[in-house]
Amino acid sequence: MTTTQVPLVDYLALGDKPHLVANECTSCGARFFDRRNACASCFATDFKKVDIATEGEVRSFTIVTFAAPGVPVPFVAAIVDCGGTSVRANVINCDPTPEKVTLGMKVRLATYSLGNDDNGAEAIGFGFEPIA
Amino acid sequence: MASDDIYILGIYMTKFGKYPDKDTVDLAAEAVMAALADGGVTMKDMGILAAGCLMGQGGIGQQIQKQVGQTGIPVYNVSNACATGATALRTAIMAIKAGECDMGLAVGVEKLAGVGLLGASSAPKGSGKEWKASGRYGSVANTDGLIGTANMPGTFAQVGMEYGHKYGGATFELFAKISEKNHAHSTLNPLAAYNKRMTLDEIMNDIMIAYPNTRPMCSANCDGAAAAVVVSGKKLKTLSLEQQRRAIKVSASVLTSDPYQEACQVLPDVNTLTRIAAKQAYEQAGVSPSDLNLVELHDCFATAELVHYDNLMLCEEGGAVDFFNSGATWRDGKTPVNVSGGLESKGHPIAATGIANIWEVCHHLRGEAGPRQIEGAKVGLAHVIGLGSACGVHILEKSAL
Repeated sequence: MTTTQVPLVDYLALGDKPHLVANECTSCGARFFDRRNACASCFATDFKKVDIATEGEVRSFTIVTFAAPGVPVPFVAAIVDCGGTSVRANVINCDPTPEKVTLGMKVRLATYSLGNDDNGAEAIGFGFEPIA
Repeated sequence: MASDDIYILGIYMTKFGKYPDKDTVDLAAEAVMAALADGGVTMKDMGILAAGCLMGQGGIGQQIQKQVGQTGIPVYNVSNACATGATALRTAIMAIKAGECDMGLAVGVEKLAGVGLLGASSAPKGSGKEWKASGRYGSVANTDGLIGTANMPGTFAQVGMEYGHKYGGATFELFAKISEKNHAHSTLNPLAAYNKRMTLDEIMNDIMIAYPNTRPMCSANCDGAAAAVVVSGKKLKTLSLEQQRRAIKVSASVLTSDPYQEACQVLPDVNTLTRIAAKQAYEQAGVSPSDLNLVELHDCFATAELVHYDNLMLCEEGGAVDFFNSGATWRDGKTPVNVSGGLESKGHPIAATGIANIWEVCHHLRGEAGPRQIEGAKVGLAHVIGLGSACGVHILEKSAL
């Protein structure tokens, strides 16, 4: 039986080389990850899909140790600069301590399973892991 | 005084804390009636009411009127995240500037004691029956905790850490020292929700909420209200000398939202709109940051206070760490910041905050701040940030009389 995979979010492209995809304004180049009505920077309405670099560096992070009920802690929330495009993601496959997570650390995109639903579909999440 | 200037005629904040037996209308009514009494006027003199209660139900302005005076004036119920109070004040000021009335009232109130973590959403319910995409990102599950965090302590932690990445020196200990300062300041403020001095060790070893923010480095959820009566310069001239002497000039009133920047939809940008608001405010008021005798800025988290030293141009660009380490922002320093104790100890009843910080500045400019008086204070600045984002900056000046 083959399992259907669904991405956690629309902007995660699965397959052999998982990567993030942004909506890029064809007029000014601003990039967005959500469904767009128009460009927040220049108000134009034409967008094209662009692949985002899968490697980047941690520009900011926090280690969340207190969250809403049911959200597992601790986790590392970060902003990753992927070749000039900022991405929000967790830092994964890394101890969630200030000794292990550092500003400017090099990371790469990694995916993991979020489990199956009742139809057998498997959701795939993503994060960024340290480049050893 | 110029006729088209705007003045704070009366202003009041309730003690911040826990009020199990009072509702938002009770707290707002206390603030409104005391602000009117402070200004020597009544509801009959008011031409507009602007009111905010972010977490409450709609229509707070009319609910307040029904307790303190229904005169038929226009009511604007405003909502602008943590900048709600400043937005209410600015709304009343705009009505006077537009010539629609010569006196107005702004009030903000919130009941938050025991509310807990703000901005957090609960985890998906158990194992999903079906992974189904929804929302603007087509997400199949709640992404908080899976794709970074949207909770407030975590968001503002990243704001501070980003500053550290850019300029260096922003360590856990540095942020904790900022919190140490504000808790020390709060011991002189009887209206603060918490008046306890805390040592650096106590702050750093308290419960970690979102590194590097421990619990005392986060704003304190509490109940409270604040209200202000504003008046035109023209009208003020017709009032008593005592009213004129205590009136505080609003030299600048600015509200901005966040202009587009790369990354601003990934991590909220609280910097650009604050910088723009500050620049506009200094220009409007004709004062420079070095003229300020005190500043109340939006330290919703210790990590936020650091970046706003820079955003409000209290220091050189990139120089916030050195500026803090110089002692400049302690109450005996060059530019005292958050002598009220700030949101970390005074408390942060959201919609009240943007008027309560104006109250604090007015209190000093009037020379009525008692043991925590900043001697000879003539000019002060009050700043708030509502995430999403909205920024309010007001510059206030002592009466020349």
